[in-house]
Amino acid sequence: MAAKRFPVEASHILMFARSVGDDNPVYSDEEAAKKTEAGGIIAPPTFAQSSAQFDPDYFLRPKIGQPWFGSGGEPTGVKREPGGGGRGGGGGGGGLHAEQHFEYHRHLKPGDVLTATTQPGKTWERESARAGKLVFSESVTEYRDQKGELVITARGVGVRTERPVDAKS
Amino acid sequence: MALSAKKLKVGDAHTARLVEDLKRTQIVQYAGASGDYNPLHTDEVFTTQVAGYPSVFAHGMLTMGMTGKMLTDYVGDARLTKYGVRFTNQVWPGDTLDSTATLKEVKDEGGQKIAVFDVSTVNQNGVVVVSGYAEARVDD
Repeated sequence: MAAKRFPVEASHILMFARSVGDDNPVYSDEEAAKKTEAGGIIAPPTFAQSSAQFDPDYFLRPKIGQPWFGSGGEPTGVKREPGGGGRGGGGGGGGLHAEQHFEYHRHLKPGDVLTATTQPGKTWERESARAGKLVFSESVTEYRDQKGELVITARGVGVRTERPVDAKS
Repeated sequence: MALSAKKLKVGDAHTARLVEDLKRTQIVQYAGASGDYNPLHTDEVFTTQVAGYPSVFAHGMLTMGMTGKMLTDYVGDARLTKYGVRFTNQVWPGDTLDSTATLKEVKDEGGQKIAVFDVSTVNQNGVVVVSGYAEARVDD
């Protein structure tokens, strides 16, 4: 995830907290939040992941005028060679999420304006009974605030599978 | 309500229900809020006919986010210092999830007590879907 400008906004925090089923007023009610240790509205622990909204090139967002691999009139909007072209169980979806780690130097609050810079990390492979060959790749994202201070360090690991994960087993 | 190191014992466990009968609409809500519009999570036609899965499934980050509520309800607001997970199994519409934090140790970092927890979220069949750790500042 890379974002030159990720403004942290109260309405976004509210929607994000709702989506994870978290009704803690510290994410939505300024008056109630002031009385907590946080001292005001903060963002939930995994909110930084929504920097995807501010990554202009984010792969998993439809973009105006460009092909999209989800269904429309056809089951997919992107024709691929039979056999899948090696993208594996994501069906062209860029693989699956294997791990996510956050280190909080402080918690985000409305009014923060972040930058996110991502560096690739290690890659490794493993055989799996449930999905064939797995190719893992790591990335480390640093979120810095308007003062340039590091606020969150995030490490993600993605995995491409040889075939769809044997589900519901 | 912050936790107190004096009152914590290794092995102490806190469990909370995260969701009962997960709805596709909640997955759509998460897609919209997070910006992750991967059709694997919201587009049944693509996911079953092209990707080859039996149905759409939740973003790993939705489960991590719901698990985060269990943690912050337990350790208090703005107390987490680290939180990380592996996504060990998929979460499907209709799943019911329960999550547990178990105290592993309390350590001292420059005078600040930090509680270290193992974190595990399981579905209605007892299958672990998220496995990880969390660290949080606690009072003395």
